[in-house]
This record gives sequence, C-alpha cells and structure tokens, in this order.
Amino acid sequence: MHRSLSIVSFLVENKPGVLFNVTNLFRRRGFNIESISVGPLDDPELARMTITVRADSRVLNQIVEQLDKMVDVIKVKRLDPIRTVAREMILVKLQTSDPMAREEALKNINSYHGLILDIDAESIIAEVTGETEMIDEFLKKVSPIGILEFSRTGVTALEKGRLRL
Amino acid sequence: MLRISGAEAFVKALKREEVDTVFGLPGGAILPICDALYDSDIRFILARHEQGAAHMADGYARASGRVGVCLATSGPGATNLVTGIATANIDSSPVVAFTGQVPIPMIGTDAFQEVDIIGVSASVTKYNIQVRRAADIPWAVKAAFYLASTGRKGAVLVDIPKDVQVSVEDMEFPEKVSFRGYRVQEEPDPRELDWASVLLSRAKRPMILAGGGVISSNASRELVALAEALMAPVATTLMGKGAVPKDHPLYVGGCGMHGTGEANTLLAEADVLLVVGARLSDRTTGLVKDFSPNAKVIHVDIDRSEIDKNVETVTRVVGDARLALVGILDRLRRIRLESSGDSEWVRRINELRELYVMPEAKGNPHMRAPEVIKALRRSLPRDAIVTTEVGQCQMWASLYFDSYAPRTFLTSGGLGTMGWGFPAAIGAKAARRDVPVVDIAGDGSFAMTENNLATSVEEELPVIVVILNNRMLGMVAQWQRLFYGRRYFGVELGKAPDFVKLAEAYGAVGARPESLEELEREVRRAIEVDQTTVIDVPIDPEENVFPMVPPGKGLKEFIMGA
Ligand SMILES: Cc1ncc(C[n+]2csc(CCOP(=O)(O)OP(=O)(O)O)c2C)c(N)n1
Repeated sequence: MHRSLSIVSFLVENKPGVLFNVTNLFRRRGFNIESISVGPLDDPELARMTITVRADSRVLNQIVEQLDKMVDVIKVKRLDPIRTVAREMILVKLQTSDPMAREEALKNINSYHGLILDIDAESIIAEVTGETEMIDEFLKKVSPIGILEFSRTGVTALEKGRLRL
Repeated sequence: MLRISGAEAFVKALKREEVDTVFGLPGGAILPICDALYDSDIRFILARHEQGAAHMADGYARASGRVGVCLATSGPGATNLVTGIATANIDSSPVVAFTGQVPIPMIGTDAFQEVDIIGVSASVTKYNIQVRRAADIPWAVKAAFYLASTGRKGAVLVDIPKDVQVSVEDMEFPEKVSFRGYRVQEEPDPRELDWASVLLSRAKRPMILAGGGVISSNASRELVALAEALMAPVATTLMGKGAVPKDHPLYVGGCGMHGTGEANTLLAEADVLLVVGARLSDRTTGLVKDFSPNAKVIHVDIDRSEIDKNVETVTRVVGDARLALVGILDRLRRIRLESSGDSEWVRRINELRELYVMPEAKGNPHMRAPEVIKALRRSLPRDAIVTTEVGQCQMWASLYFDSYAPRTFLTSGGLGTMGWGFPAAIGAKAARRDVPVVDIAGDGSFAMTENNLATSVEEELPVIVVILNNRMLGMVAQWQRLFYGRRYFGVELGKAPDFVKLAEAYGAVGARPESLEELEREVRRAIEVDQTTVIDVPIDPEENVFPMVPPGKGLKEFIMGA
C-alpha cells in the first residue's frame, strides 16, 4: 500500500463552523491532515480549502467521498499530482547578530529566491515560497545559523491549464 | 409577509411541514416556543427524559416514514438528546431535534445551562444549524426537514437562542431551500444500471442482500419482484428486516453476526451479490475478506460514500433503491432473462434451510426465549409493529420474530442503544394508533428508559413490553461465557426491580405469565383492553443466542452452540 502525499482541494461555504466540521471529519475518521490552507474566493460566500494528506488510494477515495457528502462542501477534487502546481510559504526569523551568520543567511535566502521582510541588529525575517520539499531543504540549510521561529502556511495548489476544480 | 415572533414563526413553519406531534421536555431556554405551541393543535408528548423524547421521535419516523420531531431546552436538555440523535442518525432515520439556547449575547460566556450543542452534535448529525436571527427560523425549519428527509436520511439539529425566539421580525416562509453543496442523486445513471443488469443476468448463483435503504425508499415490492425474476435468495441486514415477508420462499433471514445459517452460508456460495441500501457494517459482514468471497458485489446506495467503504465492489449503482430496482428489472425484462438462478441453486436454498432448523429446547424448566418470541408472534396480528431493546433479546427477536412488512420491525442497528425500544415503541404508537406495538425487551435495557411508562400511560399511547427477563446483561454475559472463561463482571442484575409492581406503580398493567399459553393470553388481553402492559417473562439467565459468528471470524464460521 502506497501512502504518498496527496492534495485534495475543495470549495466550501464560507461561514462559521465549516472549518470545524471539515477538521472534525478528518479527526473522527482518522484521516491525517499534513497541512491545511483556506482562503475566500471572489464570491465572498465561498472559500477554497486545500488539504494535504498521506493516505493510500482507498482512504483517499473515502476522504473525497466523505468531504463531498458534507452539506457545506460544494465541490471536491483530488488534484492530479503531475498536472498540479503546489506551493507553500514560510516566514522564518533567523538569529543574525553575528556578521558571519548574517552573511550566510542572506546567501541562503537569496539562493532560495526569498524576500527579506524585516531586518534589525539581531535578526532577519525572510519569506520563502516553494514546494514543500524545497521549504524543508531551505530550513535544513539555515538551521545551523540559528532559527528563532518560523511559521508555514501549508500547501496551496492549482491544476494546470484547462483543469479546474 | 408576516410580522411575528421567532417562536410563532417556528410553530407556523412546523405546521407547514405538516407536523402533528412533537416529543419533548421543556425548560427555560425553550419557553417562548412552548408558549407558542400552546396555541397550536400540534400534539406535545411529554417525555420523562429527553433521551426518551429523541427515541420517540425516531420510532415515530421509522414506523411512519415521516420526519420525527423532538424538542428540548438548552444545556442538559440538549445533551440528554444526544444518544437519541446519534441512534437515529446512524440508522438513517429522519429526525429533527430542536434545542433552546441561551440568548445570543450570552453565548460563549458559559452562561447558566449553556452547552455548545452545535459542537457536541456535529459528529452525530447529518447537519446542524444555529439560528442567529428570528427571520431565519422559517428557512432553518424548512432546511432541517429537507435535509433530514432526503437523500440518505438522518438527524438534523436546530439550536435556537432564546432571544431569537422572542424577537419579532418580518417573516417569509420559503417554499424550497437549497444548498449548493447538497445534491441528491435519486435517479441512477443508466450505464450503472446496464452494468448491474448484465452481471446479474449472467449469474449462476445470484443473491440479494437488502438493508434499511430498501425500507426507507419503500422498495419492498420491487425487491421481491427482482428476487423472483432472478430466482435469487434474499437475506436482510438487521435494518432490512421486514423488507421481504418472512414467508416468502426466497427469503433466507438475516445475515451477519447473528444471522441464520442459511443466509450466512449462501452469502459464501453466491457468485453475484446485489447489495441494496446497506452500509455493510462489521456486524453484517463479519471478517470482510470472507464476506461473500466468491461473489462479484454490486452495491446500490443513495450514499456514494458507502460504496467501496467496507467491501470492494465490482460495480455500483448510486441512487434511490426503488428507482434502481425498477431500472434493473426493466433491463432484465428487456433481455428476457430466464431466471438466472439455476435450479440447483434454488435447491440449495431449501437444503440449507432444512439443515439449519434451530434445535428445540430439551428439558429446560424455563421458558426459552425463542419459544417466547414465537408465542408472542402467534398472539399478534401480521401487521403489528415490534421494536426491540438491545442484546440477546434483540438477536432473538431478529432470529425468531417473523416480520411480514416493512416498518414493522424497528431496532437500533448501528448504535445498539439499550433503552431505545420502549420509547421508540411509544413514538411508533403515536404514528400508528391502528396497530399493536410491542417492545421486545431485555431487563437491563428496559431499566434504562422505563420511566417512559409515565408517558405511555399519561399520554394514552399504550404499548406492550415483553421483557425476556434473565436478570443479566445477557449479551455481555454471553460474551463473557464464550470468550472470557465465564468470568462474569458487571453483568448480574439481581432481582430488582419487580417489573410487575413497577408497571402497576405507573398505572400500567403488569403480568408475569408462567407458561407460553398464559403469555399469549396476556398479549391478547393487552391488545383488547388497549392499555400499557408490561409482561415480565422469566427466562434462563444463562441461555445463549445462536447461531453466532465469533467476533473477527468470517460469516461461514458461525457456531450453533457452545
Ligand atoms: C447504552 C448501552 N450501554 C451498554 C451497551 C452494551 N451492551 C450490549 S448488550 C448489553 C446487555 C443488554 O442486557 P439486557 O437489556 O438485559 O438484554 P439481554 O442481552 O439480557 O437480552 C449491554 C450492556 C449497549 N449496547 N448500550
């Protein structure tokens, strides 16, 4: 049984309790959420959620069916991994009081096409966007410098070309 | 447009749903609604515990096919409903529960009798709604009935804060409601029907397994017609009992943990299995890999998430059970099927039926439960409604009580809720005054909701309770005997109470027959005098229910005795 990371994207009613109901469903049925991201759409009554899960194909089918069954879930799709672009963002605060560390930090942020959002005598906050593995890799690279804290958004994704949710 | 209070709008909305009966128990946070109900002709049945009210609504719904309604106050009233709501929901019974709530400004402050019933009930309802504005009440009521009674039916809870009940606003009553994310596929896809029909037409040993969905969609007639066209034996799940009349030659009884030998054996031998409106729970399938291992499984269900959930299928039909059966029948007629079940298969059905005739009692001084149930059957009309409690009593009822029509055998299948049968019987009686309603009970279960004797007597909803009294939590004791070396733990109930006196204390009739003949007389008398009657039947405390498939075993490994 292959339990690869899959992305499920779905449209929901943008109203109180819906996020609770979705996460409650995952908890209750023992589906593990790796990441979840939510944002409103142009129609403010709708929101789009993107969930990444690690599951075999049977469980994945159940996840899609159970989500689809929810009254407040309008549309569900398991995104085709080959035809999907997926991104995640991280904000990371690095300990950079030492000039060497600062140098190293800037170099890494640069090579991961990151942005510097804040900088003071002790620290730098950088923003890096990329695929999950790339963010993992970036974190590994900067960890010797000293990570003060970080926050990841979870994956968001769209299918390519004509494909729509 | 009408300018009225939320509570008045609530009652008006119930009337628009043709509600005639509400089961419940009032309290502070629901007072405005009670006051509005005062002026209506909706019958209010006062339960003695909210759990009972929810089970009554459930029994009403299962007996009638209409939505059952219950009502409670906030906090403890609402939490007391939860078992009843969960029981209805898992068995796809259309129930709408209304709860009072503290006023909106107090929500979230841990006010007196505030419970987050929306959070609490989320996992055990099909949907729930907290009404935030009085003007939304007509919509919320309509939505609740719509969701509860369409697609895969279930329980819906509507939580109404007290200030919302009081507030006066302009009200509009919608004719229809819709949810963008809620689509019911009643009409099956013709291609799915084609596939199913082809598979069935090629079967040598076709079989049908009918679940509660057949009853819910009123598809019994079509089911029988299809079975006859195919010459396929029909087994039922616990929820499907009554979908096929017991005396139909193709009916082989219930399957699963306490299924009949013939049903469980035939499932193992079938080459194509048509499952209709059943969710194939572990109690039905036994060890999944040994459930009908030689069959190509076709699964018909209105809830597509049930298909391939527990048992892998070869093909599916998503849609209403009745429409699906009609579609399959049409196709089989078109290809002029000459009953696919060959004569050998039909012979096999009869052979197994004879093989697994249950052994008669030998020299037991007690009345045996199966005999008690058969005697009860003899004393009831064909269309009597039976509810059950949970445990051995339930399995004996399932095995030995012959049901002839849908909606006449009502039981808590998915949850196995002890204490369900009695209040559900009262609810069924409220829906069907024209037939006798009997609760086949265990003493342990009956004790859980026996306080509803007051409701049955005071509200003049006379039902008969037949207690198979083994002074044990019998089913648990059976497991302890069979699988835990007889180490009885927490299962001996002792002598209390005296159920005859208990019945009398409530103004009901109590009886303790000493023979099967006397039992039959008591039942007939109870029907005749039309009074709530508790018939306490002492049985052997250590009698087992067989056949039984031991937990974790395949259906074919059922045992007939210990
Ligand atoms: C509310 C609830 N609690 C516990 C159980 C577990 N349970 C299943 S059967 C059973 C025994 C039921 O005893 P009784 O009602 O006397 O029926 P019997 O098995 O003796 O016929 C118990 C405790 C249950 N099903 N429901």
